[in-house]
Formats: sequence, C-alpha cells, structure tokens
Amino acid sequence: MRVCRGGAAAMADREERRFAEVPRESIRLMAESAGVELSDDVAALLTEDVCYRLREATQNSSQFMRHAKRRKLTVEDFNRALRWSNVEAVCGYGAQDTLPFRPIKEGDLFFVEDREVNLVELALATNIPKGCAETMVRVQVSYLDGKGNLEPQGTVPSAVQTLSDDLLKYYQQITRSILGEDPHLMKVALLDLQSNSKIAALLPYFVYVISGVKSVSHDLEQLNRLLHMVKSLVQNPYLYLGSYVRSLVSSVMYCILEPLAASINPLNDHWTLRDYAALLLSHIFWTHGDLVSGLYHQILLSLQKVLSDPVRPLCSHYGAVVGLHALGWKAVERVLYPHLPAYWANLQAVLDDYSVSNAQVKADGHKVYGAILVAVERLLKMKALSLSVNAEGGIGGLPRPGGIMGCRESSPGLSPPPEPLSEPGLGIASHLHAGGAGCPWEDWTPVPLPAMYCELYSFFGDSLAVRFSTGPSLGNSPPAPLAQPPTTRKELPGGTANLDTARKMPQLTANLNISPRQDGSPHGELTAPSMVSGRSLARSSSSSSVQRSRSSSSRPGQRPSGLSRDVFPKARFNPLPAGPPIFSFVIGGRQMGRRCQGRRFQTTFTPSQPLSAVSSRTYAHKLPVIGRVGKPVRRWTCSQYSLHLPL
Amino acid sequence: MAAVQDAPVEADNEKEIKTETLNDAAGNHASAAGGVIPSPPVASTSSSGPAKAGGPGSEEQQTLMAVLQFLKKNNFVGAVDVLRREAGILEDSDESQGQELAASALGGAEAGDATCTLSRASSCTTSTPAVAAAPAKGAGEHCSTLSAAFGKRKESGEDQPDVNVVLSAYSQQGDPALYQGYYSGLKKFVESVLDCHRAELSQLFYPLFVHMYLELVYNNHETEAKAFFEKFSGDQECYYQDDLRVLSGLTKKEHMKGNETLLDFRTSKFVLRISRDSYQLLKRHLQERQNNQIWNIIQEHLYIDIFDGMPRSKSQIDSMSGSLAGEAKREANKAKVFYGLLKEPEIDVPLDDEDEEGENEEGKPKKKKPKKDSMGSKSKKQDPNAPQQNRIPLPELKDSDKLDKIMYMKEATKRIRLGPESLPSICFYTFLNAYQGLTAVDFTDDSSLIAGGFADSTVRVWSVTPKKLRSVKSAADLNLIDKESDDVLERIMDEKSASESKILYGHSGPVYGVSFSPDRNYLLSCSEDGTVRLWSLQTFTCLVGYKGHNYPVWDTQFSPYGYYFISGGHDRVARLWATDHYQPLRMFAGHLADITCTQFHPNSNYVATGSADRTVRLWDILNGNCVRIFTGHKGPIHSLAFSPNGKYLASGATDGRVLLWDIGHGLMIGELKGHTDTVYSLKFSRDGEILASGSMDNTVRLWDSIKAFDDIETDDFTAATGHIHLPENSQELLLGTYMTKSTPVIHLHFTRRNLLLAAGAYNP
Repeated sequence: MRVCRGGAAAMADREERRFAEVPRESIRLMAESAGVELSDDVAALLTEDVCYRLREATQNSSQFMRHAKRRKLTVEDFNRALRWSNVEAVCGYGAQDTLPFRPIKEGDLFFVEDREVNLVELALATNIPKGCAETMVRVQVSYLDGKGNLEPQGTVPSAVQTLSDDLLKYYQQITRSILGEDPHLMKVALLDLQSNSKIAALLPYFVYVISGVKSVSHDLEQLNRLLHMVKSLVQNPYLYLGSYVRSLVSSVMYCILEPLAASINPLNDHWTLRDYAALLLSHIFWTHGDLVSGLYHQILLSLQKVLSDPVRPLCSHYGAVVGLHALGWKAVERVLYPHLPAYWANLQAVLDDYSVSNAQVKADGHKVYGAILVAVERLLKMKALSLSVNAEGGIGGLPRPGGIMGCRESSPGLSPPPEPLSEPGLGIASHLHAGGAGCPWEDWTPVPLPAMYCELYSFFGDSLAVRFSTGPSLGNSPPAPLAQPPTTRKELPGGTANLDTARKMPQLTANLNISPRQDGSPHGELTAPSMVSGRSLARSSSSSSVQRSRSSSSRPGQRPSGLSRDVFPKARFNPLPAGPPIFSFVIGGRQMGRRCQGRRFQTTFTPSQPLSAVSSRTYAHKLPVIGRVGKPVRRWTCSQYSLHLPL
Repeated sequence: MAAVQDAPVEADNEKEIKTETLNDAAGNHASAAGGVIPSPPVASTSSSGPAKAGGPGSEEQQTLMAVLQFLKKNNFVGAVDVLRREAGILEDSDESQGQELAASALGGAEAGDATCTLSRASSCTTSTPAVAAAPAKGAGEHCSTLSAAFGKRKESGEDQPDVNVVLSAYSQQGDPALYQGYYSGLKKFVESVLDCHRAELSQLFYPLFVHMYLELVYNNHETEAKAFFEKFSGDQECYYQDDLRVLSGLTKKEHMKGNETLLDFRTSKFVLRISRDSYQLLKRHLQERQNNQIWNIIQEHLYIDIFDGMPRSKSQIDSMSGSLAGEAKREANKAKVFYGLLKEPEIDVPLDDEDEEGENEEGKPKKKKPKKDSMGSKSKKQDPNAPQQNRIPLPELKDSDKLDKIMYMKEATKRIRLGPESLPSICFYTFLNAYQGLTAVDFTDDSSLIAGGFADSTVRVWSVTPKKLRSVKSAADLNLIDKESDDVLERIMDEKSASESKILYGHSGPVYGVSFSPDRNYLLSCSEDGTVRLWSLQTFTCLVGYKGHNYPVWDTQFSPYGYYFISGGHDRVARLWATDHYQPLRMFAGHLADITCTQFHPNSNYVATGSADRTVRLWDILNGNCVRIFTGHKGPIHSLAFSPNGKYLASGATDGRVLLWDIGHGLMIGELKGHTDTVYSLKFSRDGEILASGSMDNTVRLWDSIKAFDDIETDDFTAATGHIHLPENSQELLLGTYMTKSTPVIHLHFTRRNLLLAAGAYNP
C-alpha cells in the first residue's frame, strides 16, 4: 500500500477506469520484501484482489467521513473501515499534517517518508506541549430578520489561507485604527482584537505588523501601540499563538533592549515603554511560554548578553534589568546577581562622573541603578520568604527542594515554571551551578541568603536595608540597623541641572571610608563577602595596586577629609581586621529621608578622562554608554581592569 | 446485554406500558420465538395480489424452514421447538399464518404482500447480526433458493455457503458473447417505440445492465463483463454513478462474496412502475424475439408494478427513481397513516399572568387574542387524521412537564409569525477549536442547552443561557440537606460544580448523534461503538448504555413525548427503545443500506428513517409495519424533518436536494434545489411556514413551505397513481440564502419564538 510504482502509467492505459491501481510489480516487490517469491499468475491475481479490497475499504471509509460531517477523508476514517471489516488498521499515518510522498529516482519508487522517532527523547521530553485550546461555542446574530446584519452576503472565503474580503477588511480597519490617531478608536480596536474569535487566519499578518517595531523605533507612540497590539493578541483566548510566540517575543525584546532611536532625545520617556514591554514579556512568558521550548533560556541568554556588554547603552542595560525583574526573582538571582559585581564597577564609574557632559549618562545610570535596586530587593524578599517556608517544611522533617513550593504558594507567577528550570545543559544553568557549588542545603541556589545580603549590601548600603526592612526579618543575620547615621554625607548638586526633576534622581555623595581590609583598594573589600559565599569573584586582584583617582575633580577635598572614619555599618558583617581606608561614595537620595544611610558606590577603575571631547551637541546624537564615560571602549577591554564577562 | 435500569417515568406509567402489546414484540429474535407474541396485525396490506406470483406458497414454507434451520444452527432449541409446534401444524395449510410467523419471528418487520415477503424476510434477517436464513427444501441441508446472508464480513466464514446460494441464481447462463447483443437489441427496441413509452421502458436498462453484468462476472467471463460494462455503462442515468463505480471495481466472482451492495441488489427485487400499455409492448417484443435471457432476468430479479393509465413522462420517472432498489411499489404506500396531531392535554394557563406579560411586552393584545383562540380550538377538536390518543401509550405529564407546557404556550404567544415577507433572524452557534471533530449537535426545545457530539468520543453540553450547568450533590451531601425546606430543589444542586459546559465521557468511538429529551433531564448519544447512551443532565453521568446495534449507530432521536427513542445505524435496522428497557421494543428492518438518520413523527406514533439506500421509510410504531417508502433521492439521506402539523415530511440528501413528501397520500410534492452539498439539517419553523435547510456548502436556505404545499394539486388521479407533476418552481420557493463563514451547518433549530438557531464547527 505504501509503495506505488508506475501507478500513473496504469491509469493512462485505461482511462475508462476511474480509480488507481496497484501494479503487479509493486505487489511482487512487497512480497519480496516479505520474503515470498510470487509467480506471474499469482501476482496478477493478488494485484487485482488488492485493488478491489482497497477500493472497497475506501468506499466503506467514506461513510465514516460523511457521518462525521467532514469533507476530508482522514486516515482515521480508513482505519475504522478496516477495523469493521476485521482487517488490521494501518498505524502511524494519523498525523494532521500532510505526509510527503517521495520518489526515488533510480527505482521509480514512491514512498511516504517514515522518519524514526526517538522514543526515549520523546518520553523524557519535559516540554510537554500545551493541549489544544478548549472547544467552545460562540453565538452571534448572523442575519437579522433574514437580512444580512452587518456584512454583505456571500463574501465567504473558500479557504481561509487566502484571506477573505471580510478578514482583509477587518485587518485593514484594525491596523488603521490601532496605528491611527484616534485613541478611542484604538481602544475599541484593541478590545476587539482581544476578544474576537475568528481572527486566527489573520494572526500571521498581525505578527508581521508587530515585527515592524524595528522600523518605527523613533516613534515611541507607535511602539506603544504595537506593544498594546501584542498584549491584545496574547490575551485573546481564541488564538493559538503557536510558534508565533517566538516572533512576538522578539518584537517585545526589541522594545526592551534595543537602543531605540527615540531614546536619543532625553525628553522621550522610553523608560516607561521598556517597563511596559518587560511586563508584557513576562505576561507572554507566563501564559504562552510553554508553546516554545527553551524560550526561557533564550530570553535569559539574550538579556544576559546585553547586560554584560559594556558597549551597549545604559538604556539597554536598563531594559535587561527590568526584563529580568519581570521574569521573576529567580531570573534575577541567576543572571543579574552573579553579574552584579562586574557590572557594578562600570555603573559606579558612570555615577561617579560629575562632569556636566556626563550628566545625561549619569541620569541614565541612576535609572539602571534604581532598576537594579528594585530587582535585588525583590530577590532578597522572595528568597527570604522561600527560605522561611522551607524552614517550616524542614521542621516537619521533610526537607523540601528549595523554596519553590513556598514561592508558588505565596506568589504564583514569580518563579518560572518548572519546565525551563529543570531543563539542563544550557549555558546559563551550568554556569550558575558552577558558581553555586558547596551549598549543601540548597542545591539550586548558588548563594545562601546571608551571603547574598552581605554582598548586595556592600553595593547598595543602607538604601537596601531601608527598603528591605519591611520584609521578614532573618534570624541568623539581622540586617544592619540604622543606628549609625552617616557621619560624612554631603549632598552633591552635581548634575541636577540636566536632570528631569520629576524623576527625583538620587544625589551622589562622596564618602571616605576606612576599609577593614589590608590593601587600600576598594575591591579588596568586595572579596570579603565573596569569600563568605565561597564564590570567586571575577575581579582581578591586580587592580588593587592601582591607585584609584577620581575623574571628576568637583570635590577633591572630600576624600582626605573622611579618610579615617569608619562610616558603614557593613563592618558588622565583616568583622575582619581593619585595613587601610578606601574610598567610597554614597548617593544620598532625597527621597530616602533623613535616616537613610545612602548608597555607596565603589569603583576599581582608573579615573576616566574629562569628557571634554564629547560636546553637548554630539552627545545629543549618542546614547549614554558606560564606556563613554572616560575612555574609548577598546582601551577598556584591553586594559587590565577589564570586566570579566561570564559569557 | 447489560444495562442499567432507569426510571424516568413513574411506576404506574411503566405498568401501563407493560400491559400493552407494544411491549410484547421485543425485536430480539430469541424472545420473539418465545411463542407468546400475538403477531402484529397484517391488516390491510396483505390483501393485494402478487403481480407475478411464482408460487408464493412454497416460498413461504421455505422461509419458515430457513428460519428453523437458522435457529437450529444457532442452538436456539427452545425457539425451534416453539416454532415447530406452531408451524408444523400449519406446514401445508395456512399460508397467511406462515407469513405472519415469518414476519413476526424476524423482528416485526412489515408484513407485505406475499411475493415480497420473502425478500423482505430475508432482508429482515440482517436485523440480527448473526442471522443467516438458509431456506431449504424439506429437512435436508440441500439449499436451492434464495437466502439472505448479509454476510457482514465478521461472520463471512460461516456465511459463505449461504452467499454462494444467493449468487447461484446467476448460474444459469447463456452464451456470454451474446449478452451485448441482447442488451443492444433491447436498446434498439426501446428506441424504436413511441415516445410516450420510451421513457418508461428505459427504466429497464439499469437493472438489466447490472444483472447481466453480474451474471457475466459470476460465471467468470471477466473480459466479456468488462467489455459489456464499458460499452453500456455510459448509457445509464447519471444518478446511478455511485453504484456503477462500485460495480466497475468488481470483476471477479470472489469479489461478489461479502459485497453488501451486490447482495442488496440481488436479494431485493428492483421495482419498476410501468403502464400496462408499455408493459404489453415489452412483453410482445421479448416473446417475438424469443429473448429468454432478458425475460428470465425480468422474471427473477425485477418486479414490474403495472398500472393502468397514461405512461409517465421522463421527468416524472426521474423524480421518483434513483433509489437502490427502484421505486416503491404502489401498495407499499397505501396503508392509512394517522398523521394528525394528538390532542394536547388541557392545562390551565394562568391567564391573568399571561395578560400581564402581554401588556408589559409593549403589548399587541389585538394580535394575540385571535392567535390564542385558534390554538385553543385546534387543541380541543380531535383531528380526524389523528391516531387514537392512546394508540401508543405515552408517559403521563409530570408537574414539571405541565409547567414547561405553560412556559411553551406563553412563549408561543410571543412568537413571530413568519412568512415570505418576515423572515426569521438567524443566530449562529459556532463551535471553535473543534478541530474537524464536531459530528452532531442538538438544542433543547426551549433553546437553553446545546449538546455536541465529537469525534473524540466525548459529548459536551453547554448552557447557552447565563444559567450555569450544575450537577446534583453527591449522595453523602444529599443526606445533609433539609428535605422539608421549600427550596429543596435548589439545595440539592452542587454550587461548586457550576460551569458553562460539561463533558460526558463514556463512548469509545465518534459520537454520531445526540438528542435531548423533551423534559431536558436526559440526553441520548449514539456512537461508532455500537451503543446508544442515556445521560442524566442532573448528575451529568451515564445512566444506561443500550446495546443492540453491533455496528456504528448513525443517529438517534427522542420521541417528542419522551420515554421512547429511535436509533438506526450501519446494521440497517432501526430500533425503537424505551428508556427503561434495555432491549428494543421494535426493530424496523427493511432498508437495504445503512440507516443514516431518524426522526419521530410529532404524534409519536410513527418514525421516519432515511437510509443510504436512498429511500425514506415511515414505520408504524404500534405494529412495526413499514407504511411508507419514499423514493426519489439520488444520494444517501442525511436529514429529515416533519412539518409541525404532521402532514408533511422533508428529507435532505447528499445530492443537495430537499424533497417534500405528503405523508397522507404518500406522494412526493416538492423538490427544492439549491444546495450544492449534503443537506445535514432541516427544520420547519414553529408554525410550519418556513423550511430551513442547512448544508455542508456553508449556507442556510429558507424555503416557502406554505407555497410549496399549496401549489400541489392532488386530484384523484395523482392520488391514485402517485404520479405527480412537480412544479419547476424551487427557485420561487427559495426565500433566502445565508452564508456562514467557513462553517458547515450541521444543525438548525427554531426557538419557541421562531428565531432560527444554526450550529456548526468553524473549519479554518
């Protein structure tokens, strides 16, 4: 049955027959393959019988099709007919998609491709496909009083592949109103897109429109509208997005990560767009992430890539951070947290630059800073929560794996579904696991909470503590109390002129700090918490010998004045013998309130050059980039203080 | 045959049923042979004399013997004894008694006139899957005549000898080389006769062609058979294409075994209606030519129904032919059919309440008053054509039924009067994400629920009102509730189970038919797995699985009064069931191919079945007789609808045509052409003014049924002969064509207020 040879020729011979015939040679061939030699007579007889039985089965199967009220005869119908006539059914051809019928040139053979299926792989596959959408019934008034209600009669597609006039009109109206001027119309269109059950055929077209984000990156408004369109499509319960998820995600990621042309003008609020896109990304991921296997890791990878690329503008970094944040605290823990020490240095350099020309960069830097802080804060909170739940479970005598359960219960949706987590062998996971060796009580967590807190505290100082103080307290490592007010904290007005006041940018304060470490380098201090966590930091120790000097000379007198004072309560966590003093800087955010310790920045970079080369005019055409703070990128990378990039 | 007893009707009701004769003729042959059955009245039909009696007496005996033999073969010893006792006495005396026995023993099939009994009886044997009646002469095993072993191939091994017997009728042969000459001789003769006779005599071509071809094949003249087929197959009417295709594939004697189409053709006589003049012409011609071959075939395989009067025209013939076994005999449609409606029980409608509502409804009290009056008078006067009220025992009305009736009457007063000027609005219920799997749909009468049968063996029920579907609490929870409280009916429902839809699992094959009970408490579904299942819509569980059809069941339908239901399937037998009996009450055998659709008459005394043999049959539930055979469709019939007044029947088939039938006269009265694909659904509006048809071609069409019924002139002649001139006006009758959006229409329903609901699955 599977091998038909020269069937067409037989057809041509006897045109009066309106059915296909299996030629004698095929029968003989099949007999041979079964190890039987057929004589001519037998083959002829068999051939005729086979043809007849085939026709009979086909005729019988057609009644199953008729009663199923279909036009298409399926393999299942044929098998039913076979089963009712006590013939074994033909297995393996029930696939919905068409089976390619292949010829072999030499043998004049035709066969259905029958690829081998790796059952083990199939059985162990973790990305179990989402079931088909639920069957549902919708009602609409089609014809009122026997007259066409809205649409003219008779404009029905013969096949949906070729777009019907109705659909085409719908498509035009929808795109026009979404991308048009009228906000009310847009709202209506979006709502319809969200609830219309019959636009499955239009999905590829809409996805195509949305992929147009790349061409309108100068127009925030259009980008916004397209993102809204994504949201509507994602929320439409009747649409099965399938592999279009990938395309939608890439469009959304574009809005999150790309240095959009609209970002050049600092007045454009592209930050909100990125926030929205990040939210959308997480929404797509949580609702449709299982449609595409490995999507989670792909997203994480691209976010990490952006984050670790110093050439990228700060707004891209911002996007990466909010993207990670939106993907849940585990994503933050896996990607952002291990990357923080390396990134921190760059960021600090930006924030430490007080030159006027750096103001915009710094403002962007503060944005990133704020995003990181929010992400990290939630990371700590969620982690603490998961630990406490874990501890409760531990009392019961059953050690639960990690805090996943607790997390799920308390805040569903904050941790990725188990599928992507359990998928091994991807770059990030292995990388993260390598860093997290030696933590016996949480095998999936690289860093225990106290150590993590310590390390983060070393970055953020009390600004973290303040925000964190509302969270659950931890018995073993109480967060630093706010007992010690900063002794030397000064408000620096630097950069405020360029800042959007509405944004309430935190101010930077330069501090002199006496490090408990022996060497005077600031990163020496960083290694202290890293030793607690058993993590080897990427920072090269050679940088310690380099005397750090500030590029901005706006407050040169600060450093010596605060030289001998131990300002930070961090020392409590780090009861190491005091070393030579190091410099640190604190941003005293205005919104922090009086009791705030402020944030401390450290940098291990040599002071950047004054930004005289970059005029304010050319600056307007460039986007804030960390590397542009002091020196060209290439020098950066070849310098001995280069970042260690984990990827 | 395990089944769960269910008690949908009260106990006394059940008792009443049991005393009726209805219950006695349970179609199962074992019980039928139990001997206690009063045989169904043979009544009016048996009197008509055979047109061509080839010794009916002996045939009867043979049938009897065949049954005996079969029973013996299958070890129904008790049955054999009983039958012996009864028949042995009568062996050589009472012909009609034997006939009765044969008919009744075979499951209450119709007891027709003598000549056809044999063929019918043999076709009846298909009713029980293992039956193979092998008529034999005397007590020996030597078989000589017809037998009907519809060897469902499952039993083919066992049945083969019988099949051989069937086909052996072809063994007498002439010279194969002469067949072409015979046929073309006849052809030449028919072409030479007067025009008025030509059309009638042309009817001979197809059955002669088929039988001659089969004779050639049977006698292993393969090349001659092929040549014969090629030469003359082009002459046949186009509506026999499907059958010809089957034939053309069949070139070997071996193929004939187990080919159901052939067995049908062979075992049932092809019926032709020819006027006496034409028949005389033909007879004279054949006798002159000494053309014995053709004469033999006509004698053996054809039944020529001769009538006196004008020969029919080509169009008249075409409109009636097309079925697998020719036209219906005139006698077959002579029985009296009580098509009138039963008297509605008088229910006191709280009038004041209704008046209030009427005024609230931006009142049109003027219009309502006369309507209500007319309705009232209609229900009070006994329709002369109606069956006796208790002809079929019907379940008594429960209080809830009465409430529903009141609701119905209230709704009816708000009904929109439809007509060519005021067409109904159409609401379309689209099944989304059905993945080509939707196979059947039904609405409840009050349009509150919709059920779908799916190819994945599930049945799904949706509520189309805001009221969600709730199931009754579990037994443990039910113990806790206060049974005395007023709202106990509310309290037994499990609020937690409320949802918009429920899925019923139980079948093991595609569900081909679903039907709600009129009281909305039950749902029937039939499936490829051969069972009909009864589901409770209170608990959403399966109550009974009715096993009897051993082959796919294509359709099932509840009686308009509940309690009874009909099912029909691949085994060519329609069965009448009562919900509380796990065995069928009646088996209706006679169709020559699958029963594809079933429908109850509004008065519940009759059922109509449509079949793949391209006929519609109407069966009397009381005695199991076939009272009407409607031929004229050219393809398998997939939809049936009775007009609300019970007088007319509409049927739709794969050929895209809808035919209208007058039940009382047994006449075709209309042909509605327009659809281009199978008509899967038909429905009359509540008052019968509009016929809606839904088709695979993604359209709903509305037809002016009043005009279609009025235009027909039924003078005495047409009534007597059944030869009508169909007015060529189907385009005038078409009131509108309404396209769906890539959605085949598989069900239609008029709400009580005459809003048309259509349903189908979106097929992207």
